[in-house]
Amino acid sequence: MSYIFQFLRILVFCFLGEILHALLPLPIPASIYGLALLLAALKAGAVKLEQVKDAAGFLIAVFPLLFVPGAAGIMELGPLLAEVWLPVVLAVALVTVLVMAAAGRVTQAVIRRKEARHG
Amino acid sequence: MAELLTQGAVWGTLLTIGAFALGTLLQKKTGRAWCNPLLLGSLFVILFLRLCRIPYPDYQASAGLVSGLLLPATVSLAVPLYEQWEALRKNTAAILSGIVAGAVVSIGAVLLLAWAFRTDRAAAVSLLPKSVTTAIGADVSAELGGIPALTTAVIILTGIFGNLTAQTVCRCFRITDPVARGVGIGSAAHAIGTARAMELGPVEGAMSSLSIAVAGVLTALLCPLAVRLLP
Repeated sequence: MSYIFQFLRILVFCFLGEILHALLPLPIPASIYGLALLLAALKAGAVKLEQVKDAAGFLIAVFPLLFVPGAAGIMELGPLLAEVWLPVVLAVALVTVLVMAAAGRVTQAVIRRKEARHG
Repeated sequence: MAELLTQGAVWGTLLTIGAFALGTLLQKKTGRAWCNPLLLGSLFVILFLRLCRIPYPDYQASAGLVSGLLLPATVSLAVPLYEQWEALRKNTAAILSGIVAGAVVSIGAVLLLAWAFRTDRAAAVSLLPKSVTTAIGADVSAELGGIPALTTAVIILTGIFGNLTAQTVCRCFRITDPVARGVGIGSAAHAIGTARAMELGPVEGAMSSLSIAVAGVLTALLCPLAVRLLP
């Protein structure tokens, strides 16, 4: 039973996200609005952690599965990928490593500098 | 019989979960990181559709139950974020600097690739939002004259690659701070990378979730400017 109410709450925030996405002319998808609204509701105490925790945990646990249908769509791109495969491979492999390293190193550097300053 | 595989409402979901389960079993059996259930599951689905000569759109419609959960799952990332609020509040400046660095490097590197290979404009635009979540990336690509299907494919491949290499990259670049690891993984490999970050630890998972949202919005704002710098 509690799962029903938990899913209901999460879906309400999804729907609110869709409404905002339809109303506001910003390049922000419904999912990000929904995430921000649910976080705000949790912070404000309007939604208690236990009221969404189990259902959210389930959805996050199956996250990778949810990408399978989209990933299988690669089969539709055969001829196009044959033309641009080299930049695609470099973008996927090399750029991903560079981005992860840059974002991680910069974050770490700022944290360490702050820690050093505060001793 | 054949209609069950073209009009039926369940077979696509069944195929998706079955293929993913098979991938999970293979990973358990072999213990190898590249035997990733998402990677193997997607390959099994493609193989099955090719062998049975089923058009992809038929499968896509029948697997709607699975992909339809992407929205509530993304919204659910608010929960780990809320649970790690302290770590977030304490490191706001560091986290934002890291995400900005990641987004700039991602877009800059794709621009360089486009110049180096004289890539066709539509293909280059499709690669620009490659590090962010599909929900944002595909829209950005469509808006700026890219090919959304190519963007989606590249985003998912990026996610799988980031998921598989996250630990190695963090070790090679000596990224040891949990907040920094989460920001790195989420900025580079969105939700698929976040699945790995969650396994590394709760702080990593929450910071990775946050980076999906911030890096996504930032990229959506930067891409229209980057398009002007394409060859």
